[in-house]
Order: sequence, then structure tokens, then C-alpha cells
Amino acid sequence: MGAGTETFYSVMRRQGITRRSFHKFCSLTATSLGPLAASRIANALETKPRVPVIWIHGLECTCCSESFIRSAHPLVKDAVLSMISLDYDDTIMAAAGHQAEVILEETRAKHKGQYILAVEGNPPLNEGGMFCIDGGKPFVEKLKMMAEDAMAIIAWGACASWGCVQAAKPNPTQATPIDKVITNKPIIKVPGCPPIAEVMTGVLTFITTFGKLPELDRQGRPKMFYSQRIHDKCYRRSHFDAGQFVEEWDDEAARKGYCLYKMGCKGPTTYNACSTVRWNGGVSFPIQSGHGCIGCSEDGFWDKGSFYDRLTSIKQFGIEKNADQIGMVAAGAVGAAVAAHVAVTAVKRLATKREDADHNS
Amino acid sequence: MIDAVAPASDARPDLAAIAADASGERAVGRPSVYVYEAPVRICHWVNAFSIVVLMVTGYLIGTPLPTVAGEASDNFVVGYIRFAHFAAGQVLAVFFLTRILWAFVGNHHSRQIFYIPVHRKQFWKEVLHEIRRYAFLEREPKMHVGHNPLAQTAMFTGFTLFVAFMIVTGFALYSEGQGIDSWQDKLFGWVFAIWPNSQDVHTWHHLGMWALVVFVMVHIYTAIREDIMSRQSIISSMISGERQFRD
Repeated sequence: MGAGTETFYSVMRRQGITRRSFHKFCSLTATSLGPLAASRIANALETKPRVPVIWIHGLECTCCSESFIRSAHPLVKDAVLSMISLDYDDTIMAAAGHQAEVILEETRAKHKGQYILAVEGNPPLNEGGMFCIDGGKPFVEKLKMMAEDAMAIIAWGACASWGCVQAAKPNPTQATPIDKVITNKPIIKVPGCPPIAEVMTGVLTFITTFGKLPELDRQGRPKMFYSQRIHDKCYRRSHFDAGQFVEEWDDEAARKGYCLYKMGCKGPTTYNACSTVRWNGGVSFPIQSGHGCIGCSEDGFWDKGSFYDRLTSIKQFGIEKNADQIGMVAAGAVGAAVAAHVAVTAVKRLATKREDADHNS
Repeated sequence: MIDAVAPASDARPDLAAIAADASGERAVGRPSVYVYEAPVRICHWVNAFSIVVLMVTGYLIGTPLPTVAGEASDNFVVGYIRFAHFAAGQVLAVFFLTRILWAFVGNHHSRQIFYIPVHRKQFWKEVLHEIRRYAFLEREPKMHVGHNPLAQTAMFTGFTLFVAFMIVTGFALYSEGQGIDSWQDKLFGWVFAIWPNSQDVHTWHHLGMWALVVFVMVHIYTAIREDIMSRQSIISSMISGERQFRD
């Protein structure tokens, strides 16, 4: 495992980059990243060892990995082969079985407190974690073991961040997001189902370049990618403000590319970078291809009713209605009660008057 | 004014000439008592107007009007509706705060809607009396200078608590557009620690609107009813501030 001591600079030189180009790169990066001296960047890249990354997979569908390997800026080969030292990823690594598992122990011992633990998926806790067995042991044990000596944890995707589909009601395996299992380590949530490839490599690039974690928001997501909603940067926002909506999937408004708000678009409640970074190398994103956002980077997005309803279904007391339906029933009931009360009051009053009149006569 | 009224030592609750306020103090009846001070009345009507605007615009944000024709740059329908909603929300917040501040300096009726004297047995007895009266089991209304105990309970829950909830969730939702470095986020962003998916906050805010619709219905009905049935002025009191006892 010599990779641990290799620096970025040596990797770059190995890839045929001249020292001149290297310094040009550092100057350019310094300009784009703000008040950073190019020499500081050059120095960091020349001296800092690459950050070792252990990538483990719990209860998941591998869509995060699928997304990750399609990163265009930076290319994932650069991220994996040059920027980080991806020491373990059982899905894409050549080694298998005991040979692979040995790496985990080695990394723990050699890079204690220095490696990044990237977790794709989450551990199911029911039945002692029996629903996800990895290397002959429940995944939750592997997660806890590797988290112990990690510098920080990256929770890839909606599974690791929030629970996603396997944690949707009634969650039979008790799938649990990482931050509910590991509570003593910094955790970066990179939600999405999957997260955008460039967001994933972007987070890794930040950590490897600056040797620290990016600034996180209240929910533990990197601010640089998750501080605004899809809605805030949506190219159809002008149609929303104007009041121009798609009402049916095949109407004229759909053809004209109007706002998908009424079709249940979750853009107004979804924090992600899709409307700026987009997908597949910036080609498109769901709203651009005419479908509303389903809010896949949000907590419990499977349990918020239909993807095609604007108002959330509320499933309590065996009903499945949205807020308006519940509200109108309540208001209707109270209205009827008031009307009935008025009627009874009037009748009573009449009766009382007659009684009084009888008394007086 | 209440301060000018000497509390009677013995309890004679059914005498019409005796007016009792919700905290149980007995007062010698007079044709009219000054109850609602000017700031209370101003806050009442400003809040009422804001709440109506907020309900209409809020509903239209959840269920927008049919699509308008023409270029996007020629129209700003949802934009104006949202503006009206946010503006009315800020007005409501300011006057709600003013009302809270007035509770500290105003007369003792101005504090009524901000608490329920849960520890007082007499209070709950009178709540029960009012409930029985609304169920047509009691005929005679008791005289109250301020709110009757049932009304006080309803005002505290239906107005103070619900509106506070709407203001807090409303500003939290507003902070989403203002950004995570805004003061709205710093003050109200904690709401998203309770409901991490803001879709839930939208749903609760929406349910809160319907709860207020129900409150407004009951509030207006009982105000009109009491005005007629209890022979005490209710509606005109919120304009003049005086409560008249008509017998």
C-alpha cells in the first residue's frame, strides 16, 4: 500500500503533466477559488499525500456508484486514480474475498483518523442487522468498525442520508440512515437518488484539495451544492411567477415548456443542484425533459404521496387525503354544526318567548 | 374601567347585575365598561384583514389559478399573489408582536388571550357552564366583562397558538427563498430540524390555514350569537371598546 504516501504532484507528473503546466493549473485554480495564493495550492499538491478513501456498500442499489463513474468534471478516472486513493470499493475493485477484506484492516491501522469513509446505502438494524450481510457479517458491524477510525464519513445518496426506499413505510428491515447509527464522527450528507456525479466528485475534490470538509448546512449537506432549491434556479421559474402552468401532460402548456408545479413538481421543496449542474455532463435534468422533480434528495420522499400531486397526501387515522380535502371537510362540518346550532337556538328562543307569553297572560 | 370596580366579597353568580370577568373577579354591573383599548382594537382589525388576505392568497399558492396566456415576461400572477401573501404575513407578524407587547402595558383584559388559568377550579367550572349553555342545558348566560372562560380558551388556542404556529412556519418557508444566510433562516430555520423535508412544513402550514378557517367561522358565529343572546355587546365592543350590558 504505497499509495498512502504518494502526493498529487507525483501522480500528475506520472501522468505526463509538466511542471510548467502544473503551475499554470495552480494559478488558474487560485483565481477561480478566490483569495488563495497559487503557491499555497502548488505546495499543498506537492506535499500532501492523497486522501485514502474506503467506499462501503450497505442496503442500496448502486445507483450512486453508477452516477459517480459518469462524472465528467472532473472525469471519474482522474478522481479515482489521481485525486483520491480509493483503497477499497467492493463493487469496482479487482480484489475480492479475503484479499479485499484485508485492505480494510490495513487502512484502519495505517491511516488511523485520516481516511474518508464513503458509505453508499444504509444498515438495516432489524433482526440484529441480518438483512444486509457483507463479508459474512451484518453490514452495520462493518460500518461501525470502519467509522471508528475514520476522519469523516460521506453519506452517499438518499439511502445513507435519509433512508430512501428501503426505509419507506413500513420499513420492515428498519433501514436506518448513517447519522442515526454513527453519532461521533463528522458526516457529510450528499443526498439524491442518485446524487449528481459532479456533486459527488466535487465534494471529494474539495476535501482532497483543502484537506478539510466543506461547509455544511443545518441538515449536514455541503452548502455549495445544497443551499438552494431546484425551484430557485429552475429555468422554468419565469413561467411559475407568471402563472403559466402545465395542467395536463399533453396540453399546449406542456409543449411550450411551462411550469410543472401543478403536475406535482417537488422543485419548490427540494434542495439540490440539478437545475444548475444538471445531469450527464450538463445535458439535461428532469424538469428540462418535461417531468417534474420528484424530490429524490429530500427526507422520506417516498412517503409524501404521489409524485404527481402538488399537495401531500396525509395518511393518518386510515385516511389518505390532502390538506385541502381535510380542511374542507372540517370547515364543512363546523359550518353544518353552526347552522344546526342557529336552528336550535331559534327554535328554543321561540319556545321560550311563547312560554313567557303564556305566563304573562 | 375594571380598576374602578370593587370586587364583591360573596358570590352571587346568577344575578344579572353582576358582571364577572374570566379570572373570576366579580364586578358591580354598570351600563357599559371599557374593555378593549385602542391598540387591542387596531390589532384585532389589522390581524383580521391580514388573515383573510393570507387565507385567500395562501390557498391560491397551493392551488394556483388557471394558466394565463401570453409571454412569461408580460405576466406576474403568481408573483403578485405571493407578494401579497408575504406582505400580509409580515403585517400580521408585526401586529401580533405589537399585541403581545401591549399585553404587558395594557389593561388586564389585554392579557386574557395569552393564557389559560389552568390551575383555577372556578375557571373550569365556568368553562363547563358555557359548554352546557352552548349545548342548550343552561339558559342564563353569566356576565363577563372580558371573554367568557370558554371564549378565553378558544381565543388562546384558536388565535394565539394557531397564529403563532402559522407565523413561525410561514417565516421558515419564507426563509427558503431568502436563502440560508438570511435572518429569517437564522430565526426560524430550526423548523427544518423538526421536519427536514420542507414539504412537510408546507403541509402543516396548509393544515394550519384550515384550522384558522374553522376558528374564524366559530369566532364570527359566537360573536354574533353572544351579541344577540347574552344581551351584552360583543361586535360593537371591538369598534368602540365599550361593553354594554343591556339589562
